[in-house]
Amino acid sequence: MNWRKLGIFLLMLVFAATMVVGCGDSQDNDAQAPDQSQQEEFKVGFIYIGAPGDAGWTFAHDQGRKYLEEQIPGIKTITLENVPEGADAERSIEQLVQEGCQVVIANSFGYGDPMLEVAKRYPDVSFLHCSGLSTADNVSTFFGRIYQARYLSGMIAGAMTETNKIGYAAAYAIPEVIRGINAFTLGVQAVNPDATVQVVWSNTWVDPTLEKQAAESLIAAGCDVLAQHADTPAVQQAAQDAGILSVGYNSDMRKFAPDANLTSPVWNWGPYYVRAISGIMDGTWESEAYWGGMVDGIVDLAPIADKVPTEVKDQVAAKKQEIIQGEWDVFMGPVKAQDGTVKVPEGQVMTDDEMLSMDWFVYGVEGTIE
Amino acid sequence: MEINGIAALLAVAIVAGTPLLYAAMGEVMAERSGILNLGVEGMMLVGAVSGFMVTIITGNHWIGILAAAGGGAVMAAIHAFITITLKGNQVVSGLALTIFGTGTSGFLGKNYVGMPAVDRFTPIDIPYLCDIPVLGTILFKHDAMVYLSILTAIVLWYILYRTSWGLSIRAVGENPAAADAVGISVSRVRYMATIIGGIMAGLGGAYLSLAYAPTWQESITAGRGWIAVALVIFALWNPLLAVAGSYLFGGVEALTFRIQTAGIHVSPFFLSMLPYLFTILVLVIVTIRRRQEAGVPAALGFPYDREER
Repeated sequence: MNWRKLGIFLLMLVFAATMVVGCGDSQDNDAQAPDQSQQEEFKVGFIYIGAPGDAGWTFAHDQGRKYLEEQIPGIKTITLENVPEGADAERSIEQLVQEGCQVVIANSFGYGDPMLEVAKRYPDVSFLHCSGLSTADNVSTFFGRIYQARYLSGMIAGAMTETNKIGYAAAYAIPEVIRGINAFTLGVQAVNPDATVQVVWSNTWVDPTLEKQAAESLIAAGCDVLAQHADTPAVQQAAQDAGILSVGYNSDMRKFAPDANLTSPVWNWGPYYVRAISGIMDGTWESEAYWGGMVDGIVDLAPIADKVPTEVKDQVAAKKQEIIQGEWDVFMGPVKAQDGTVKVPEGQVMTDDEMLSMDWFVYGVEGTIE
Repeated sequence: MEINGIAALLAVAIVAGTPLLYAAMGEVMAERSGILNLGVEGMMLVGAVSGFMVTIITGNHWIGILAAAGGGAVMAAIHAFITITLKGNQVVSGLALTIFGTGTSGFLGKNYVGMPAVDRFTPIDIPYLCDIPVLGTILFKHDAMVYLSILTAIVLWYILYRTSWGLSIRAVGENPAAADAVGISVSRVRYMATIIGGIMAGLGGAYLSLAYAPTWQESITAGRGWIAVALVIFALWNPLLAVAGSYLFGGVEALTFRIQTAGIHVSPFFLSMLPYLFTILVLVIVTIRRRQEAGVPAALGFPYDREER
């Protein structure tokens, strides 16, 4: 009998020991698992408004994502494409957080409110919102001074036009687009005061047929260089078909119009992504509203076509240096409004707020703001 | 605007109207047989993407438009099966078809977005005729798809009004029970008319991706399928009037940009509204006149069930 009691006692002891050891093991596992994933797998989620194949806006962001993966080894990125703005976006952002993303990046203006909502629920996750307006403790906004690159592309267009009529197919009459048109026109006027920039609105970001019609109407009006602010290469193709010249946007659009394309103001999101993600990984990151320029490498000019004369290229390179050095910027006075009145007097510079809410055209633009 | 400017505008109106024309003619056929298909936008998108993909793969745009016609036909067959065989609600099925087509085309074309077309329809100057002043510019400097669309309109009109087969289609659309009584197979006629509608919508979509744009972009039709549905009413269910209506709607689209460059101050939003305003007006006029006179098929939208007559 005693032997039997002893046997049961020993058995219970073994069970108890196993349980304690088992618990210990599982606690160890719990403690180690997140450590390992942080060291080996830092996940960054991307919410895209379009598909990376669009050669435009989302394509440029996806190039930045690839650059990020190259620069920070061990980083894992997840992308969700064609996410509609609004309520659907909230679910998509939350989905990325659930999948373990420590950072979520969204590339369109309309993701702002959903992102702020999700950010409230996940204070330990960082959120980066492209072209947004509002920040929070864990939500930053970022954008770039593409107008600097547009000015330089305007100089090239102004030097290359023969009819002194340059066309600009623009999407929507919002400050971002108006600022681009103005910067481009200032660049045109700097090298060719006789040239004007004719604007038409297509009221769409992505509709190749409407954009092509906009381009054709500009060609019919006598324009011999076309520029664009929309996300498809339709304007480039129209210029190529008509045998005239063109300036692209978003990414290097040379391949769509090998003979027509002179250059393209391009986005280069990679360096910003690397800076932001490494800051977040180090724990040194603080929420910010970032508006980087050429000096940061976030915006640039695609390689200039061979047909552009060397002296024009040199002039552009010199101006680019002045911008990078911070000696000069596009909206530095004197800047005249469309009707010829002085808008920014000599010696003054427009503030960022003034630039971000721009709703008037500079001298040399033909067209109206609808 | 001087005469050459007007000629150029009319030429653009024809090009901009051609995708609408294909889709609208197809919908005229379907509706004439009593089948309302609101899936035109979806069928156009599937046509556009299949035409573009096959052209990239085979390198030949003629094989591409065959694929586009096939894609549209498959989509229309789904609608036909639901509404004719299963006697489902035509409005619901059509709307579902549009959403399905938008999703499917986006999924299929994912890797083709933004690619330049390897082979495409280019304008052909018709010898001698293109040298006629003004008229040559307007009519005889287009691509093959434009000429084909006008030819198709005439053929469809002839079928509808001058052949016994067309009489069957119209009879089925007006009074399926009576048509059934004289030995016409209602479901066979409706299947054929609906599928012709799908083929036409597919061609309309392919016109965007292979001739006009020419590229693939998600939702490249941008609502043109809905304009085509409105156009059918505007054209009083007549393929030849659809030609005029398409060019008018296309002309308004082209005019939006021309008046901007001409410095005339009219809001582009106002102009984009005009086609729909015309459609509402026509709808009002059609409703005031007697339906039959105006051409509205009496059985439009109703499934036919032999047991219920």
